[in-house]
Amino acid sequence: MSLVELKQVTKDYQIGEMFVRALKNIELDIKEQSFVSIVGPSGSGKTTLLNLIGCIDKPSSGEVFVNGTAVNSFSNKEAARFRGQHLGFIFQNFNLLPVLTTYENVEYPLIMVQNIPAGKRRERIMHYLEAVGMIDQKDKYPSQLSGGQKQRVAVARALVTDPKLVLADEPTANLDHATAFKVIELMKQMQQNLKTTFIFSTHDPKIVKEAEIIYTLEDGKLVSK
Amino acid sequence: MTSLLIIIGVVMVIVFSGVSVSFKSMMIGSITDSMLGHLQIHKKGYVSSIDNLPLHLNINEKGIKQLENVFEKHTDVIEAFSYRIKFGAMLSNFQETTNIRLTAVQPQMENAACPRLVERINGDIQNPDKFIEQGKIIIPENLANGLKLKAGDEVVLIANNKDGSVNGLSLRVSNTIEGLMGPSGRDGFVHIEDAKTLLRIQGNEINEVAIRLKNPDNLNGMNKLLADELSHFENKQNKPVFELHTWADLSPFSTIAAIVNLLIITIKIVLIAIVLISILNVMMMSVYERVSEIGTISAIGTLPSKILWLFMAEGFSLAIISTIVGNIIGVLALLLINIANIHFSFGKMKNILLETSIAPSELISVSLIVIFIAVISSLQPALKASRMQPVDALRHV
Repeated sequence: MSLVELKQVTKDYQIGEMFVRALKNIELDIKEQSFVSIVGPSGSGKTTLLNLIGCIDKPSSGEVFVNGTAVNSFSNKEAARFRGQHLGFIFQNFNLLPVLTTYENVEYPLIMVQNIPAGKRRERIMHYLEAVGMIDQKDKYPSQLSGGQKQRVAVARALVTDPKLVLADEPTANLDHATAFKVIELMKQMQQNLKTTFIFSTHDPKIVKEAEIIYTLEDGKLVSK
Repeated sequence: MTSLLIIIGVVMVIVFSGVSVSFKSMMIGSITDSMLGHLQIHKKGYVSSIDNLPLHLNINEKGIKQLENVFEKHTDVIEAFSYRIKFGAMLSNFQETTNIRLTAVQPQMENAACPRLVERINGDIQNPDKFIEQGKIIIPENLANGLKLKAGDEVVLIANNKDGSVNGLSLRVSNTIEGLMGPSGRDGFVHIEDAKTLLRIQGNEINEVAIRLKNPDNLNGMNKLLADELSHFENKQNKPVFELHTWADLSPFSTIAAIVNLLIITIKIVLIAIVLISILNVMMMSVYERVSEIGTISAIGTLPSKILWLFMAEGFSLAIISTIVGNIIGVLALLLINIANIHFSFGKMKNILLETSIAPSELISVSLIVIFIAVISSLQPALKASRMQPVDALRHV
C-alpha cells in the first residue's frame, strides 16, 4: 500500500527577480515500511522534496498524498497537526532544543504535540532512549553530547510519537563516516523493528547503499529509481 | 537584564509611592490636626465670604443644639469637635495698631479636635487643655516680632460686633504661634468667652465647628453622611441652614496633595514604559535568536497556538518573577527607611518621623499593571513566532 504518493508535483521559487523551478513534475510512490534514500547533488531538490512530503512546504502544482491524505491543501494548523500525528523528523543539524536534556528533548513531542499523560510518557521515552543506546545520557544537555549522540537522540525524538513515516534530511552530513554508518544502521534497525517507513536524503554514495530503494534527483527531476 | 530593569522599575514605584504617600499623609495630618480638623461646619454661605470673617452668619443656640444632636448620633466615628468664633480685629500695643484674624475657642474642645495645635505654640504649655486662658491672647509670631510684643505684654483688641458698634478689650499676650501656611499668617487665638465679651454676644453663638474623625480614611463617607443629615435642617425659606466642608475644600494643601498623586501616576507611567520596552525588546530578541528552534518545534508538530502560548508564557513568567522580587525589595526598602528613623521638621513641629507605608492595594495594582503590560508586550513577538513558516525558519542559520 502506498504511504507517499506525489502526482505531477512542481515547486517554484521566486528569489528576487529570479524564477527557480526546484522540482519538475515529480511522480513518486513509496510503499509502507520501506527504507528509502533520495540522492542527488546539492541543489538538486532533495530538501524541497522532503519538505513537501513532510507538509512543511506546499507544492506550486500537483498533488501530495501521505498516508492516503491529500496534504497539499492543508492550512498551517492542519499541517502541524498532521505532522505531529503521522510524521517524524530528523535534521542534518540535529536541531535538539539546547535548554532541554536528552530525556526532555524526547519528551517534548509527547507533551506539546500529542498531549500524552505523564504516567505513559516515561515508559515510552525510556524505551526509545534504550533502543538508541542513550539511556545513560538522558540527563545530559545537547551541548554535552557528541554529534553521533545528538543524532541518536534526534532519532528517538522522531520515533517516540510512533509515526508512520520518518523523514531525515541529510542525517549523516555532519557526522564522520563511522558514526554516520552507525546512525543509518540504527535507523534501519528501527525501520525493521517498528515497521516505520524511513525516507532520508544524502549525497554520500556509501551511505546510499544502505537504502532498500534509491531515488535519484538531478536538477529538480527524478532521473532514476 | 530585562528582569533587573523591571525589578528596578517596581522598586522605584513602591519606594516613591511609600515615601510620598506617607509624606503627604503626614502633611495632611499636620494641617488637620493643628488647624482645620477633618471636617468643618458653618452656616450656609459662610465659606464663600470667609475672607471677611462675617459675624452675621453665626450659628445660634438652636443651631448648636441641632448640631449636637447630630454629633451624639455619631460618637462612634466622631472623636471630637470644637466650637469656634472667627473674627477680625485691630490689635494695638498702645503705640502701633494692626489687623489680626482671631479664632476664639474653648481650649479643651479645641485641643481635642486639633491635638497638634499646641505644637505650633511657642513656649511651654503645661496643660494643653488650657492652652489659652480667659484674659489672654496668643498672637502670630510675625506680628509679635513686628509690634515687639512678648509674653505678659498688654494689648488691646478692637472689633466691630455684628451690629456695627466698636468695642475694645484689654488682654495679655500669653504666647506666640507659628503660622502654618507661611510667613503671612495673621491668625491668633483667644478664649471663646473673651470673644463673646468683645463682640457683645449674648448666650451661645459660634460661626465654625471643627470636627475630628476617629478614622480619617473614612472622611469621604462621613462627609456624605453628615451632609445628608445636615441637609434636613432648613430655614424659613426652605434653604439649608448649614454647610459642610472637608479639610481639602478649605486648604490650599489639597492642591499639593493632588500634585503628589499626579507624580505617583507619572512614575507609574514611566514604569509601564520601562516594562513595555524591556519585555518587547527581550521577546523580539528571543524570537530572533530562536528562529531555528521555532522551525524545529513547528516541524515536529507544535501547533501555532501553542507556540504563541509558549512565548506569552515566557513574557508572563518574566513579569511575575520580576514583580515578586521587585515587591519584596521595594517593601524591604520601605522597612529600611522606617528602621533608619528619619526625622524632619515642618515649621515649629520638630522631629516628625518619616513613617513609610504602602497599601496592599497599591502593591497589587503595581503588580497587575506590570504583568498586564508584560503580557501585552509579549503578544507581538509571540504572534510573530507562531506565524513563522517552518520551511523558512528551518532554513535560518
